[in-house]
Parts: sequence; structure tokens; C-alpha cells
Amino acid sequence: MRRLLAVLLLLAAPAWAGWDETLAEARGQTVYFNAWGGDPRTNAFLDWVGEQTEARFGVAVQQVKLSDTAEAVARVRAEKAAGQGSGGAVDLVWINGPNFLAMKQEGLLFGPVLADLPNARFLDLAPGAPATTDFTEPVAGMEVPWRLAKFVLAHDTARAPEMPADMAGLVGWAAAHPGRLTHPNAANFIGASFLKQALLELAPDPAVLAQPATDASYGRETAPLWAWYAALRQNLWRAGRAFPESESVQAQLVNDGEIDVAMFFDPAAPAALIEAGLLPETMRVWVPRGGTLGNVSFVAIPLNAAHRAGAMVVADFLLSPEAQARMQDIRVLGSYSVLDPARLGAAERAEFAALPKAPALPALTDLGPTLSEPHPSWMTRLAEDWARRTTP
Amino acid sequence: MTGPGAMRGLVFLLIGAPVMAGALGTLVLSLAEPGLGAYARAVALPGLAESLAATLISGLGATLGALLISVPLGLRAWRDARLRAALAPVLALPHAALALGLAFLLAPSGWIARLIGGVAGWALPPEVVTVGDPFGITLMVGLILKEVPFLVLMTLSAASMVPALAQMRAGQALGHSPGSVWRRAIWPQLLAQLRLPLAVTLAFSLSVADMALLLGPSHPPTLAVQILRLFTAPDPAQRPVAAALAVLLLAVMGGAMLSWRLVEPGFLRLLPLGPRQRDLPVASLFLWLGALLLAGVVAVLGLWSLAARWPWPATMPELGLQGWRGVHWLVPAVTTLALGLAASGLALLLAIALLEASDRADRPLCIGALLLLPLLLPQIGFLPGLTTAFLWLGLPSGPMVVLWAELLFTFPYALIVLAGPWQALDRAMLRSAASLGAGPWSCLWRVKLPLLARPIAAAAAVGFAVSVAQYLSVLLPGAGRVVTLGTEAVALASGADRRAAAVMGLLQMLLPLLAYGAALAMPPRAPGLPRRRDDC
Repeated sequence: MRRLLAVLLLLAAPAWAGWDETLAEARGQTVYFNAWGGDPRTNAFLDWVGEQTEARFGVAVQQVKLSDTAEAVARVRAEKAAGQGSGGAVDLVWINGPNFLAMKQEGLLFGPVLADLPNARFLDLAPGAPATTDFTEPVAGMEVPWRLAKFVLAHDTARAPEMPADMAGLVGWAAAHPGRLTHPNAANFIGASFLKQALLELAPDPAVLAQPATDASYGRETAPLWAWYAALRQNLWRAGRAFPESESVQAQLVNDGEIDVAMFFDPAAPAALIEAGLLPETMRVWVPRGGTLGNVSFVAIPLNAAHRAGAMVVADFLLSPEAQARMQDIRVLGSYSVLDPARLGAAERAEFAALPKAPALPALTDLGPTLSEPHPSWMTRLAEDWARRTTP
Repeated sequence: MTGPGAMRGLVFLLIGAPVMAGALGTLVLSLAEPGLGAYARAVALPGLAESLAATLISGLGATLGALLISVPLGLRAWRDARLRAALAPVLALPHAALALGLAFLLAPSGWIARLIGGVAGWALPPEVVTVGDPFGITLMVGLILKEVPFLVLMTLSAASMVPALAQMRAGQALGHSPGSVWRRAIWPQLLAQLRLPLAVTLAFSLSVADMALLLGPSHPPTLAVQILRLFTAPDPAQRPVAAALAVLLLAVMGGAMLSWRLVEPGFLRLLPLGPRQRDLPVASLFLWLGALLLAGVVAVLGLWSLAARWPWPATMPELGLQGWRGVHWLVPAVTTLALGLAASGLALLLAIALLEASDRADRPLCIGALLLLPLLLPQIGFLPGLTTAFLWLGLPSGPMVVLWAELLFTFPYALIVLAGPWQALDRAMLRSAASLGAGPWSCLWRVKLPLLARPIAAAAAVGFAVSVAQYLSVLLPGAGRVVTLGTEAVALASGADRRAAAVMGLLQMLLPLLAYGAALAMPPRAPGLPRRRDDC
């Protein structure tokens, strides 16, 4: 009787039956996980993920450490151009925004895949939920969320105790602290996010930002931003003529005493970097009054991935409450979970509640509202425009 | 073994053809858009002029600077056996590790500034621009430090071909100081021999990516870094632009080579300047400065690898093992070791086969531009095209194609090191061996190889060091699947953790030193050398 019930249940849940096949196919595979490799703590977390999937499902993970996610996109594209429809070098890629848009539009992704993953049941996938769009682009199951990201700034309270109320106030702050502020190159995601954060605050009609940018709307909405930036730039580090390549290099500059402000797309990053010995203990998170940009980090599987089943198993494990709780642990990574607390069981919720706290770790309530990402076309234009304006 | 023609054909297929295919691929890609569209877009890039300026200043400046410094240091090394012995380990220093250490040392908040600031009581780092300066001057300093030992070594090798000792005695008898004889009489004869090494230095300096990422400007970066960025940009439309820039870089290289012929006479006129009877202590100055910087590089890498935290303005870190525990250095170290052994072993085999085939045809091998092609063309000009060509051939990205790409660089160096001693072998001895009935195989196995055991070991060590130092030829054909100490050091330096980067840099530095140590431990003549004459 019980066996019959199990068979009936399997028949009633075809996705789960398919999952067993996926698990069987995945056993013995090595997944080439292409992920930005600049953060040793993320690398160590992904190592742990690989150990777990290997022990539980027989799926090994080899992280391909990228210095820029675009490298993986370029590789998949080159393979497609060379006619390599299967057996590709990239199995799983940590991807976001413009890179996702490019891969989706060029048909380089496998999917929809999200609904096939058992742990997707812990996600809030109602229309309009953060995990359903990536930079205004509908996810449509083509990628799998794994961590929550929100833009924050952080300042060294020993050297620069006071911060302004909003982005507009940074001009006066920089004038009072010349050379002590900078932002990553706008070709870098965090650098562009700094500009977008200011744009959301300064644009005459922020609602327009959800639509693709046109020449007219771009000119109108960004005029105040560039006036603000022109006033700010002269007081930036190295007089605004050089910029760090990434937020990590910028954090290094703070630790080196060359500047006082760091910025991240991860509210837990300052606490995590203090814990790791890479930032002064006096760093604290600062967010502008009106809230900050937020989005969800995703992984995706290229269409020609050699180890598709293994990649699905790894993506699913990333979504498991256990992996998510470990990820949110400040001693491990300190990134906020993407799971919907309302969908978790009591035991899982207790696991999250028991995580340790740190002085530099803000409570979610201190971070203010989450502002939606503008359409990706705004970021592309901002980055190009910035390059034109700041290159001598 | 087949004739020299077949051997040359094989070398061409393995070494020359991939380089040409890669360069051709780059050229074709740059013409992909109608009406030279990619070139128009390349010229319209913001900051192209500044990119070009930084490339020229760092590349040409480093080549000229290294040449100038190599003149007095060449004399010092020619007269001082200890300095000659010290050259090898410095030559083996991987450039990424060197650049990493220099960055930690020279940054406005680097170790030097902290040591001075500790005494002077600086609250904040000085507002000077060193690492990442817009003109690429810090990059130039790093390149000079890397290239001077190479040019000094090439100077010594050229000096062995002229009667330098007799000329030195004669000049000194006429009342000239050694420096004066060297500059006025001996060195000008060496210049023709130095043209090829200079071209190698220039090609490397113009197209280096890892050192430029660590020391060079970023906004805009040097051409090599700009090309790397555009080739790997998410937008495929950028690739023809990158190819057009790579063609531009090839043109810059060609133009520089041509104009060197114009500059050369002027350079020679510069040499006789300076006193005749006494020598200024320039050689000592450069020697001490270089030794100090190198010692600082090693020390600061060591300190960072053992740091727990090291914020400004501390002159010494809080010690801890986070750097060693936080990263997995074993896998990249083993990969680097395995690639190094394979790439240097294959290079050695190929070099021996080529030299032996030339011997049997009784036609001495001329090491011309064709054999050295991989060293004479800027890497960033052909490696991206080569990576695409590998994919077209259906060769999967991974260790095997990386090994092939590395062979392009280990082979010419192994050949340069081995060819001189090989061709200097006493021909009479070989002839008598043959007349005693030894066949060519027996002669190779029982006479040449034992006699050449030390140069062979040296060639292997050089090939190994070249392999360990590779960056672009691992990064591009490896698809990121092949992770070496060099790629890890550069990737980690772009992250927030200097401690982990320092661990990789130190290990990258250590491997070639071990190889050199092993080569030095080789007895001057292998014990297998036959003693009984009737043996061969």
C-alpha cells in the first residue's frame, strides 16, 4: 500500500520524478562553475558547496575563477560561433544583469530550468517578487537565484565619522575631505551601481528608468547626475583621474589608508572583510536616506554545457536552506539568503535565527527601502558616457 | 631521424604555424566590418591617445632604459663571476610575482611609504601617484628591472664572440679606464648581436598584460590591457575593435624596429661621452638600486603571505597564516609544476632534434627571426586569434592546448640557450668519433649529450622558468580551466586579499629557483661520458 502511494506520488509530481533522473545522470560529473574569483571567501564557500555535492550526489565542482564574468560569456559565444553545440567548457555561470540579458537574447542559455529544481519551492516567485526579474529583464526560469544583493557604502568611522544624508550631500563631503572618496571604474558593476544609485536619487522622473533609455529620456534624466558628478569628481581620489578596477581593490585602498569610503553590493561585506582582516575594525555601513539599489544574484546554465545535469544539482543545492544559512553566516560569507522565510519550516527558520551577529553587520531594517534596478540600457549608456567624460 | 627539412617542417608546424595563424586570425577579425569599420571604431575609443602614450612610454622606455643600464652592468658582469652567477636566479623571477611585490612596495601606501611615514609621522599616505600612474612609468620601472638581467646576459654572450679581453688590455695600456674601453671600443661591436634580443625585449614590453594589470594605468590602460578587456567583453561587437588595436600594436612594434635603425647611430655617439681615465660609479648605483628593489620585493611578498591584518600605517603586519590557509595553493602549484616540466621537456626534445638534424645535414642552424617568431610578435597580437583557431580545429580548451601555447615560448628560449654550446662542440672530436665507427645515434647518445649535460640542464631550467611565468598563454587557451600560480596571483591581486596573492607570488617565484638549483647541481660533465676511446 505504502509503495503504491509512493508510485502515485511520483506520478503526481512528474518534475520530481525527472529530478531522480537528473540526479542519476549527474553522478560522476564535474561541473565547471564559472564565477568571479576575486573574493577568497566566496571561493571558499563554493569549495564547500563542491565538497557537499560530491559527498551527497557524486557531483564535483571545479570553480573557474573569472576576473570578469564577461570572460565566460565570451567563451560560450565563441564556442557557439565555432559550431560547438554541446560539450561546452562552461557548465554553470554566476551571472547578472547585462550579461544575463546578452546571453538570453543570443540564445546562449539552457532553460527554463528553475521550476525543475526541488528547492525552488522555498522561493517567492509571485509576479513582481525580486527573484522574478534581473535588472527589469524577466527571469522566466532561465536562471536560478542564489544570493541577495543590495548596494551599500561603508566608511571608516575613525577617519571619517560623519556621512551626509544622501548622495547629493557627497559633493560637500568630498569638498571637505578631498582625495578621500572614489568609486570603481564604471565599466565595473559596482562602479556603475554608484552612478545608478545617484541617478535614482537625482533623476527628475525616476519612473522613466524602468523603460529602455532613449536619447531623449537619457539626456533629460541624467543631466542633473552629470552636473552632480562634475562637482564631485575634482575632489575624488587622485583628482578623479584614476579609479580602482573593482570594489575589492577599493576596499584595499581603504585598508591602506588612501581613502575612507568603500562600496559593495552586499550589506554584509564590510563585516565579512573586517572578520577576514581586510578592512579596519572601525568600518560601518552607510546608506543614503532614500534607500539603495537591490537585486538578486543568479546562476545560469549555458545551452551547450557539457555537464547540464550536474549543473542543475549544484544550482539546486545552492538553494537549499542549509547552503543558504551557511552562506548567511558572517564567518562564512555573510550574504543574505534569497529564500522566503514564510516558506521555511520551523527548524530551518531557527537555523537562520541562530546565526552570529557582528558590530558592522546592519540589520535588514537599517538598510532602508530597496530600489529597483533601472533597465539595463541605462547602465550601458551610463558606463559609456562616463568613460567618454572621464577619459582625458 | 629524418633530414633537417622534415625537422624544420615539424618545428614550423608546431611553433611557426600557430603564431602565424593566430596573427592572421587577428588580422582577418579586424577586417570583419565593412570599410575598415573596426579601425574607425578603435580610433574613436575614448582615451586611445593616452593608451598609446602609456604603451610607448612603458614599452619603448623600458627597452631603451634597460639597454642603457645594461652597458655599465654588462662590463661589471663581464669582469665579475659572482655577478654572472647571480644573474640566473634574477632572470628566473616570474614577472607577475615581481610586479606584485613592486606594487606592494611602491604604492603611495606601500611598504616604503609606511617605513618613511613611521619615522616622519604621516597620518595619511602621501598624495603622490606611483603604482597605476597615467604614463606607465611605474610599469616601465618594473619592466626595466625584469629586462636588464636578460640584456646583460645577451651582452655577455655577444662579448664572447669578439676578442674583448685583448681589446680591454690594449685600451687600458693606452690609459683608458675599463669603462671607457668598454663603451668606446668593445660595446659598439656587440650592438649588431643585440638587435634580436632588443626586439624580444620590445615585443614583450609592448604586449605584457599581467605586469600592466598590476603596475600600469587603468583609465585608460595600456594597449595590451585594453585589447584583453575588449576581447573578453560581453559584447561580441568589441572583438573586431580589439583585433584592430592588436594590429595597431603590431604596427607600433614594426615601426619601433624600423626607427631603431635610425636611432642606433645616435645611441652609439652617446657612448663615448663621459670620462676617459676614471669610471663613474653608475654600475654600482644601478646594481645596488636593483638589488635593493629585488630584496624588497621578496621581503614584502613574504611579509604579506604571513600577515593576518596589515592596515595603514603599520610598518609590520600582525602575523597569521590566513594567506596560506585561505587559498588552495596546492592545485595551482602542481598544475604549474606539471605544465612546466612538460613544456620545458618538449621544448628541449624539439631543440635537440632540430640541432641534431642540422648537424647530420652538415648545415649549421641559423637561429633567425622565423624560429624566434613567438618572441618577436607581441603575444596579445596572436594569442586571441590562436585560441579561436584551436576551437575551430576542435581542440578542447584545457591543459593540452595550454601546453602547446606555452611551447611556443619555452622552445625558442631553450633553443637560444642550447644552440651556442651545441655549435661550439669540438667538431674534431665528433669527426674522430665517427672515424672510429660510431654511428650518428651513438655519437649523439654517447658523446654530444653527455658533453652537453650542463647546457641541456640550463636550457631545461630556462624553459621551465619561462613556462612558470606564462600568463596570457594560460588564460586565453585555457578557458579558465587551467589555473596556474601566475593566473591566480593576478586574479587574487584584483580581489581584496593581498595575503593570498602574495602566497601565489612567492610560490611562483620558488618553482623556477628550484629548477635552477637542480640545473646547477648537475656536474659539469655527466658521469656517463665514455672514457675508453675505442668505445666510439
